[in-house]
Amino acid sequence: MNLAAKDIQHNLGRFALTVFGIGMLLMIVMGMGGIYRGLVEDATLLVERIGADLWVVQRDTRGPFAEVSRVPKTLVYRVLAVPGVESAREFVFHTIQREQNGKPLRMSVLGLSWPLDKGEWLPLVAGRPLAQNHYEMIADKTLGLRPHEQIKLGKETYTVVGITGGMASTAGDGMIFVTVWDSQAIQFDTPNEAIRLERAAREHRSEATDLFLSQPVLTEQLSRPVAELPAVASPELSAVVVRVAPGADMDAVAAAISTWSDVSVFTKAGQEDLLLKGMVDKSRRQLGMFRALLTIIAAVIMALILYTLTLDKLHSIALLKLIGAPNRVILGLILQQAIVLGGVGYGIAFLVGQKLFPYFPRRVVLTSEDLLRLAAIVLGISVLSSLLGIWRAMRVEPNEALMG
Amino acid sequence: MNEHLAIETRGLTKVYGSGNTEVVAMRDATVAVRRGEVIALLGPSGAGKSTFLTAVGLINPPTSGQVLISGVLVLDGPIALVHLRSFRRKHIGYVFQKSNLIPFLSARENVQIALQLDGASPRRARRRTLELLEELGVADRAENGTSMLSGGEQQRVAIARALANDPSVILADEPTAALDSHRGRQVMELFRRVAHEHGAGVIVVTHDQRTLEVFDTIYEMEDGAITNGIHSQEAVR
Repeated sequence: MNLAAKDIQHNLGRFALTVFGIGMLLMIVMGMGGIYRGLVEDATLLVERIGADLWVVQRDTRGPFAEVSRVPKTLVYRVLAVPGVESAREFVFHTIQREQNGKPLRMSVLGLSWPLDKGEWLPLVAGRPLAQNHYEMIADKTLGLRPHEQIKLGKETYTVVGITGGMASTAGDGMIFVTVWDSQAIQFDTPNEAIRLERAAREHRSEATDLFLSQPVLTEQLSRPVAELPAVASPELSAVVVRVAPGADMDAVAAAISTWSDVSVFTKAGQEDLLLKGMVDKSRRQLGMFRALLTIIAAVIMALILYTLTLDKLHSIALLKLIGAPNRVILGLILQQAIVLGGVGYGIAFLVGQKLFPYFPRRVVLTSEDLLRLAAIVLGISVLSSLLGIWRAMRVEPNEALMG
Repeated sequence: MNEHLAIETRGLTKVYGSGNTEVVAMRDATVAVRRGEVIALLGPSGAGKSTFLTAVGLINPPTSGQVLISGVLVLDGPIALVHLRSFRRKHIGYVFQKSNLIPFLSARENVQIALQLDGASPRRARRRTLELLEELGVADRAENGTSMLSGGEQQRVAIARALANDPSVILADEPTAALDSHRGRQVMELFRRVAHEHGAGVIVVTHDQRTLEVFDTIYEMEDGAITNGIHSQEAVR
């Protein structure tokens, strides 16, 4: 006869509510772990998917994700000239926030190096890769955009031609993919009035410069668009992504590029390390602390619940002792209830979490390893939290059964 | 050693506190109960009846004196000479005034648990339980929760549990206090019947003067001391 089961059956409603409450608490603990795992996956997703062996960024920066990096467009050709380099691509990355249908729409923009890269490597769940070098975009489904939907960014209107799944930036923002030119146009878009004011300011500055006074024909050049000014550099890239040829020594290629005084080179592992240690670390520690606190709170609540359940049974426990029940029977009664409480709570946390987590704004990734670890922790806190109740039960004297 | 005695106490004394706060709750209590004998212990509140009952029930050991059950010296003063809990399980049955049963078990399970704790298999324990409940007239309530049973039915189930392991001694503390006179009498007669049929010695602490003729011997307790027992017919006269 299982006394724990009989007692639960007798107080089923109360026990069910208690288990549900514990389950909700454990679901939050589980969710926190999933958010952290999602954070790590999101952080390294792009670096994993883009398939680059080396990242060439502005000297002494930790770009292009951890901080801003600016490199000239010509860097691509310099890198291509290094022996052992199979391909080098432009990489532009920045985050913007716009309004769409009256709601804020935050997205990370990644420039694809047209025509080498049309986004074929992206995990498309609908639509197609880019088919032209302007005014088309691929968007992640978390942004809520639909195929053929049009969105105005800067002065241009872009049509969504493809939808990806699970492409988010480190900050959890959904990504859009356009060509490098379009991403630069979006990034460096300036309002017309600002252009007019800058042009006027340029002309005003020329009036005080000897060069323009001696050569008035140059003044006419100042009225041309910025992109057409020969003395102004074309918009810069965030980085150049390099693929090393099969059989080539990646370290030798990296070492060769590192000798240039204007750039720094990171391997794929180095870039992931920067992302995880720099950008995710604080969030990881914060989530870790929340998880630890929640686990302690869950243990305390479970201990109090089990203690209260034990207090309710003191007369029965005294009666059991009186009729000769050994301590292991009493201990089993409380311990089994603790394990049922933790176990069923964990099951509820998992099942409810499966339904709720997809609606969380950030990706929640539950791995088998994390779930097993949490199950072991729940088992541990179930046993620990039953100790208070067991201690109280062991102190009950059989003559308390006579007290009515 | 007299094996015909279900229980024998020799000079049981219980002292609480010490010095100025010393209280003698029981003094030199000597009683012998034969197998099949039913004795009553009468006395006003505070006379020491419950102290005596808990001492012979191996729940609250005396300060001095001896308790022998089925001829075995069990307690020598406060010193236990056997493992008390397992000895209680095998040799003593308890029935109290109220709250006798475990609320989260059915009537059958309340009896069956006593058998299973003593090592009976669930099947054998269940069969024996149903026999006992049948014998006590509550077999039809076997699967009912304790809250569904009347006071008399609860006491019958408690008696069934007390009898479950064929104990040498049954101790009952005011078992009829919560019952009407008819039910009270039925329960007392039940004690007498099971004592005779099962060969157990029964000690009943009671205030109920209406049922004294049921007992073989009546002891009175006052200021912690037990008077010499008298035959119930004599007491009734």
